[in-house]
Amino acid sequence: MIPLNITEIVDWSRAQFALTAMYHWLFVPLTLGLGIICAVMETVYLRKGFPPEWKKTVRFWMRLFGINFAIGVATGLILEFEFGTNWSNYSYFVGDIFGAPLAIEGIVAFFMEATFIAVMFFGWDKVSPRFHLTSTWLVAIGASLSAYWILVANSWMQYPVGMSFNLETARNEMTDFAQVAFSPVAVTKFIHSVSSGLVTAALFVCGISAWYMLRKREAFLAARSLRIGAVTGLIGSLLVAWSGDNSGVQVARIQPMKLAAMEAIYKGQTGAPLTVISLLNPAKRIDNDEPIHYAPVRIDGMLSLLAAHRSDAFVPGIEDLVYGNAAHGILSTRDKMERGEEARTQMARYVEARKTGDTATMRQVQRLFDTRTEEGRQFHDTYFRYLGYGYLDHPEEVIPNIPLTYYSFRVMVGLGVYFILLFAVVLWLGRKPLEGRKFLLRLLVWSIPLGYLAGQAGWIVCEVGRQPWTIQDLLPTGVSVSSLDAASVQTTFFLFAVLFTLLLIAEIRIMLKQIRIGSER
Amino acid sequence: MSIFRRIFRFYYEGFRSMTLGRTLWLIILVKIFIMFGILKFFFFPDALAGFDTEPEKAAHVLDELTAPRR
Repeated sequence: MIPLNITEIVDWSRAQFALTAMYHWLFVPLTLGLGIICAVMETVYLRKGFPPEWKKTVRFWMRLFGINFAIGVATGLILEFEFGTNWSNYSYFVGDIFGAPLAIEGIVAFFMEATFIAVMFFGWDKVSPRFHLTSTWLVAIGASLSAYWILVANSWMQYPVGMSFNLETARNEMTDFAQVAFSPVAVTKFIHSVSSGLVTAALFVCGISAWYMLRKREAFLAARSLRIGAVTGLIGSLLVAWSGDNSGVQVARIQPMKLAAMEAIYKGQTGAPLTVISLLNPAKRIDNDEPIHYAPVRIDGMLSLLAAHRSDAFVPGIEDLVYGNAAHGILSTRDKMERGEEARTQMARYVEARKTGDTATMRQVQRLFDTRTEEGRQFHDTYFRYLGYGYLDHPEEVIPNIPLTYYSFRVMVGLGVYFILLFAVVLWLGRKPLEGRKFLLRLLVWSIPLGYLAGQAGWIVCEVGRQPWTIQDLLPTGVSVSSLDAASVQTTFFLFAVLFTLLLIAEIRIMLKQIRIGSER
Repeated sequence: MSIFRRIFRFYYEGFRSMTLGRTLWLIILVKIFIMFGILKFFFFPDALAGFDTEPEKAAHVLDELTAPRR
């Protein structure tokens, strides 16, 4: 294999991480959402006085939950392998900030999930119905708690707070656990992700129920499940929309370049319009005057309203963020690069002083990085917070992939709107039997993959839109990556592609078989 | 029956009565073996494993962070 340069190592490592994360996210949302739906159904079973049809219904969906859980479990561990091998500089740099949430996830949430899942599957007729129901709810809550701590770690990468960089250990150290664990980005991301999982699972439940209705099978299961699926789906979709709106405001404040990429805005505007849909001009670059959009459909002032909840707010464009805009207090990327370079220079002074045993210089530089002092806080706010810019060669490197971010955002939002309408229509028409509404039933069956598509598109917006950073403004991907034998990254990329595809095929085959068998097992 | 014996019997009978679960456990075990026995062992060594102590790892990472641009 041809030796790769650093850019190719970064690209392959990113591709490998993206592949692993995207496959992992095929399993996670169904676990999150179907766990909650099973718990809701079992609650209904108890409240209705233990009718056997309801028991069969609950057990059927639990079986599908179990298949998805078993195939998906541990697929996320590969991401942790990749941190240690491909992204060792990054992993060391984030230190305990990443370690603590992941440890809590592993010890508390996963073990809670794993303990009570045994009761959920083995405990029917062996433990009391109330204890069984409690176990089912604890499995659902445990899955969500697992997701929470993973999302805390991810959110810190988007919005690094509650830490201080220790020069001696080369690690960020947590100074405020609450700031990290309950950062507004983490809370919003958690609600957005779990509710999107609920929508994915609701589409899954509604789609399979609709398939049974079309086949005139499982009449009780299909009718009841469709109703519960549509109610939870509508609640989930509205929560997704609400948390998505909050997320938009946070992105505008914390990651304005991501917002500019999501909307493909090059020049900032007061009262900025929202482009509902358009075709992007592939020839458009920051340094030319080509048109950006073809055939745009716009709503005036809407982007400002979404970004700042004020229709006259200024939304910076890519040019403002790269070249600066003094009128709106936006530093140019070149200015940030100089500040980041100063932080790097001081770090290099420390390294040199340590090698020569110059303790006076070491102490002097350490004081700059000590955020407990006024001098340290000033250095942090003026220089260290821009450290990542010090690694860039050109200001334009801060621009993420615009077309991928722009179109993914529209896929996510468009499908989100479609889901709200779909669930509302099902509930409205579902006041009467739905068996005769063949078009709607077929639509529900074909909508099953759309939940997954929306989730994947959402993560693309979230992660591609914040490139080139692994940690926002502090560390770009080029510095985060390990010095690797590049050929092994390519090899493992294809190994994962094969392994995960096999797992996915196994999941689909086992699921389809169980769906064909139905609840009469 | 003691609580431990009851818990043991609960799991024992649960595993014995599995049907679909056996296939799923097989998939889980094969997957875990591939991940830890093959992938982790052969393809995912800890990139900083060559350094014996934390200060050595820290010095290496700091060197990487302050090295000229790659």
